[in-house]
Amino acid sequence: MTPQPPLGMLAELTHRCPLHCSYCSNPLDLVRRERELTTDQWRSALTQARELGVLQVHLSGGEPLARRDLPSLVSHAHGLGCYVNLVTSGLGLSEARMVDLARRGVEHVQLSVQAADEDRADIIAGARAAKHKKAAAAAIRAAGLPLTINVVLHRRNHDQLGAIIDLAEEWGADRLELANTQFYGWAMRNRAALMPTRAQLDAAEPVVRAARQRLAGRVEVVYVLADYQDRHPKPCMHGWGARQLTVAPDGTVLPCPSAHVITGLRFDNVTERPLAEIWYESSSFNAYRGEDWMRDPCRTCDRRGVDLGGCRCQAFLLTGAAENTDPVCVLSPHHDVVEQAVVPAADVPFVMRR
Amino acid sequence: MSEWAPRLRRGARLGFDPVRRTPVVLYPEGVVVLNGTARAVLGACDGVATVPDIVAAMTARYRGVRPDDVLSLLRGLVARGVLHPEEAG
Repeated sequence: MTPQPPLGMLAELTHRCPLHCSYCSNPLDLVRRERELTTDQWRSALTQARELGVLQVHLSGGEPLARRDLPSLVSHAHGLGCYVNLVTSGLGLSEARMVDLARRGVEHVQLSVQAADEDRADIIAGARAAKHKKAAAAAIRAAGLPLTINVVLHRRNHDQLGAIIDLAEEWGADRLELANTQFYGWAMRNRAALMPTRAQLDAAEPVVRAARQRLAGRVEVVYVLADYQDRHPKPCMHGWGARQLTVAPDGTVLPCPSAHVITGLRFDNVTERPLAEIWYESSSFNAYRGEDWMRDPCRTCDRRGVDLGGCRCQAFLLTGAAENTDPVCVLSPHHDVVEQAVVPAADVPFVMRR
Repeated sequence: MSEWAPRLRRGARLGFDPVRRTPVVLYPEGVVVLNGTARAVLGACDGVATVPDIVAAMTARYRGVRPDDVLSLLRGLVARGVLHPEEAG
């Protein structure tokens, strides 16, 4: 089976970030500035990505605005014909900077928001960040770009869900993405502190439903359930090496942003091997394509074409083997590890990202 | 339905991918690779033409156009976030 060419590329330009969110999904060991790709190396990666079939580039991080060459990388990606999406905390996103980036080809901005009020948001972000975000949202809208507000939900902000939705409406968001925390990278270290309670999740459902009805046609409200509380796993990345690739700040090419946790795999670097060869031929990208790698119960399961075995990284993190069924699945022989994790612990303090 | 005049959502645009040699629509959440008919239908979504207008335009260009197929294509594109929902016009 020959894989299809990729549609999207997540370009993690840097791991540097002014925020210190406890739910950060970036790795425990961040790539240091001196190991980041140079401007020319990023340009080459983008050119190769477009030649390979990538049509959408997500410029992310860390905080992509921390890269001084961001404007030239935007111009380059846009010039190749890619749709450029900027994923930002909004810190440093002045009106002038936004106008320039829009002129160079940014077509959509995703802005993170941590809570509905500034004090709570600053505690969650571990930085005096919240007061800059309203102006950033206004700058994005003034530039005429669609705005998505991204909110990671967890035990310490679920109670503000209604107020967060109101804020997104007030700030003129086109989309609001409310995603319960996914437990990867630094967030895994804070799992007990972040895990929403059953009561919080139950309370959220009618709030989201009412908001969808009220805001229909104005703000699209996307709600992503914490998959630990689901019966079946998510079809992670629409399949391993199926639609998207990630380039980490140092040029490591990953089938998904969290794949580095799977210690048995060797990941190639875009500075050492052509991107097309990595996509089609590398052992890492071919490791979990298709269904041949599956073990029981996935191997013979009717749902294997629906959830694709779930998330390989989660299987590795929670069971020690990436080939296992994602233990979120009720059919997984390891499902008890997930059941234990969702039992709310007493309030535990966050360990802030560093 | 007959009053519905579909239009692209903010940030969505039609394009052509020289790598796949196929039309595409690019939008905030992703990419949809289009065939020729789907491209023609989307190209007619200007916020003025109603669904019957679009069906009529397609019938003039292609053989065997079925109104139900056009409508389900449009609704599929709403579900993916490419077009504004029907009630929002």
